[in-house]
Amino acid sequence: MSRPTINMLLSGVGGQGVVLASFVLSHVAMAEGYDVKQSEVHGMSQRGGSVTSHFRFGDKVWAPLVSPGAADILMAFESLEALRYINWIKKGGLLVYNAQKINPSPVAAGLATYPEDIDGKIAAAWPRVQCVKANELAAKAGTVKSANVVMLGAVSPALPFAQETWEAVIRKAVPPKSVDVNMEAFRLGVATAAQPEATCATGA
Amino acid sequence: MAINVEQEHVAEIISGNEAIARGAWEAGVKLASAYPGTPSTEILEEMAHYTGVYSEWSPNEKVAMEVAIGASMAGGRALVCMKHVGLNVAADPFFSAAYIGVKGGLVVVSADDPGMHSSQDEQDNRNFGKFARVPVIEPSDSGEAKDYMVMSYDLSEKFDTPVLFRTTTRTSHSKSIVTFGDRTETEPVTKLDRDWNKYVMMPGNAIARHVIVEQRVKALEEYADDCPFNRIEMGDPKIGIICSGSAYGYTREALPDASYLKLGMTYPLPKKMIEKFRSMVDKMYIVEELDPFIEDAIKLMGIKIDGGKELNSLLGEISPRSVAQSLDKGGVPGVNDSLLVDLMAPVEGLPNRPPTLCPGCSHRGVFVILKKLRVFVSGDIGCYTMGALEPFSAVHASTCMGASISMAHGIAKVQEAEAPKAAGARPDYRNKVVGIIGDSTFYHSGVTSLMDVAYNKGNTLTIIVDNNTTAMTGGQDNPGTGKTLLGQPSESVDLVALVKALGIKRVQTITDPFDLELVEKIIREELEADEPSVVITKYPCVLEFKVKRPIYQVDPELCIGCKHCLKAGCMALNLTIDANGDRKVEIDPAQCNGCGICAQLCKEDAINRPVAEGGNA
Repeated sequence: MSRPTINMLLSGVGGQGVVLASFVLSHVAMAEGYDVKQSEVHGMSQRGGSVTSHFRFGDKVWAPLVSPGAADILMAFESLEALRYINWIKKGGLLVYNAQKINPSPVAAGLATYPEDIDGKIAAAWPRVQCVKANELAAKAGTVKSANVVMLGAVSPALPFAQETWEAVIRKAVPPKSVDVNMEAFRLGVATAAQPEATCATGA
Repeated sequence: MAINVEQEHVAEIISGNEAIARGAWEAGVKLASAYPGTPSTEILEEMAHYTGVYSEWSPNEKVAMEVAIGASMAGGRALVCMKHVGLNVAADPFFSAAYIGVKGGLVVVSADDPGMHSSQDEQDNRNFGKFARVPVIEPSDSGEAKDYMVMSYDLSEKFDTPVLFRTTTRTSHSKSIVTFGDRTETEPVTKLDRDWNKYVMMPGNAIARHVIVEQRVKALEEYADDCPFNRIEMGDPKIGIICSGSAYGYTREALPDASYLKLGMTYPLPKKMIEKFRSMVDKMYIVEELDPFIEDAIKLMGIKIDGGKELNSLLGEISPRSVAQSLDKGGVPGVNDSLLVDLMAPVEGLPNRPPTLCPGCSHRGVFVILKKLRVFVSGDIGCYTMGALEPFSAVHASTCMGASISMAHGIAKVQEAEAPKAAGARPDYRNKVVGIIGDSTFYHSGVTSLMDVAYNKGNTLTIIVDNNTTAMTGGQDNPGTGKTLLGQPSESVDLVALVKALGIKRVQTITDPFDLELVEKIIREELEADEPSVVITKYPCVLEFKVKRPIYQVDPELCIGCKHCLKAGCMALNLTIDANGDRKVEIDPAQCNGCGICAQLCKEDAINRPVAEGGNA
């Protein structure tokens, strides 16, 4: 009995910890006995640009790329980068996104505007959405830098991996002195997924 | 996140680049050299963690290639890595290495960038293999990258040839599971051969070597038919696919039941194997990224194919979906439905998120001033290429590494020829052409360009923005940083002395490139000078050296929302609308790095450092 390949696209902004989150995901999947392929692009994207990472696992995975319209899960670390890639999710698929908003450089230069009511736009565009206030939860865990690990916690119930495996891999992946903070961040992410919010739109 | 180096028989999930380093180490490589370039950079960064290998950042790819050729000639296995355009720089020694052959195995990694994620072109470097008569090896994933690397050293020594190991951004940067092996120690290098006929490429010897090179290609063609790099995987015999590299995984995904001839060696091609595969399948297609490299060769063999490049684009990166769509459109049955679904229209009108200069970047002030002075700026390759983007729009040309200075010289020379200056007339500073280049790129190939300016009585301004690192590729050391790849303290180039030694008499150094008044004054002085000159800005990269300065904040009482400060093009600035509906700028304290450029641009004196934090601003 073969297990189908699961496709996950991660999107965000350079510096948000998308690479570390991908590292954790792929090591958890490998520890759980899956074949894994993962792909991200370095270079220009590092300087505040849009960043994506492709993560796939299953019994046998051929290609490292998720295809548009075929993502089981879109995990977006920033709201605009959720909306940008929303059509990559397959029918019935899940969007988990961080409510954080980061201005792209054309907005910072006054040449474009950040979309208004982006949470409302996301909720209108996709039926299965889980919005995470990852930065708030990360601050509660000890540092806002652990927002990426909060996001991993929030997405974890949607993936077939054991809690112990997640924790063991995170322990290995983060600097020793920040293990406790990151464990707490992960737990807060898991907890928020138990009572998911479909939107972070104000007034909703 | 570092992998556990030198451990054996463990499985790890690693990138293609990490796998290449691992494979080279297992093959007993003694020397590795490179110049950083996306997507190849991580190979040498990883290599430096292994013991038993001497690794270095060379000043450019040509030097790196020559260092590796020397190591091979001495009998050590050698690795040299570069991005695709780096092989253009290193082409001269590469072609001669093909004639000379090897003593210790020599593998040249070319990491190509289809889709131009971080490059100025998307040349297909498999052509270099054919051009130089050197075998081309292409892995499909990290596992193959490691195994093929080990096999490539045996191939190199068996056929007395360098091997061109060609990856793409996807194979270099994608991760998959690899099982580690042991290191095979090679013979120690004890004495140098004096093999005049083989090592001295003067005409008489080269003529004889060319005969050997062509014989070698024939021998490699025979080897290709029965070698561990190429394999037939029979599925449904109705459809046969020939592919290599990342196209293999994409096509397996798009057409799971077809038969495959999977090529790990794409030059020279296995003619008998292709003929055999053709006879085993009803229809035969070729799926490849960029050039029809395999296709053209197969057509020249007179073997019939049912579809190739007319299905797939010559442009950009292919993907499982693009392969599925092209095969489906070509009438190939059995295409994976999930890759053909209609997509929801993308959300329109979203602002782009291009890369940008970091908050606190030491290049920012120079671009603010260059824009203000409206001069023509010939740019180069590095973070400062982003000076071409809005809101600076202050770089008007960018060609290749080192070209800023020499192109500016060419522009100035034709201007001078068209409009000779009246005797005694003051030059208009706006007519002076500016070349701008970073420290690492200057050492790479700007030095000879500047020598040309001095020697040929040019009249340009060269700005060297020295941030003490190779920033765009992630902060690698270079001949100016005083540290080697292996972490040893070293000599660092005296940049001012070097520039003067080239024959440039006017050199000014700016140690506070955030002082706009100072930057403008010095650039104006040098633009007005009637001779070639150099301005050096010297300040460490904010990202690499984690520079911290007291941050700024906006006084909302004084801010009138005029947007002058936004000319700084800084991500830390946010234009907002306050409760009264007035436009105000805010500074994100998490992103601000205290460079103060926005404060100097503000005409209302609304941006200052909080007194408690930093004292006088």
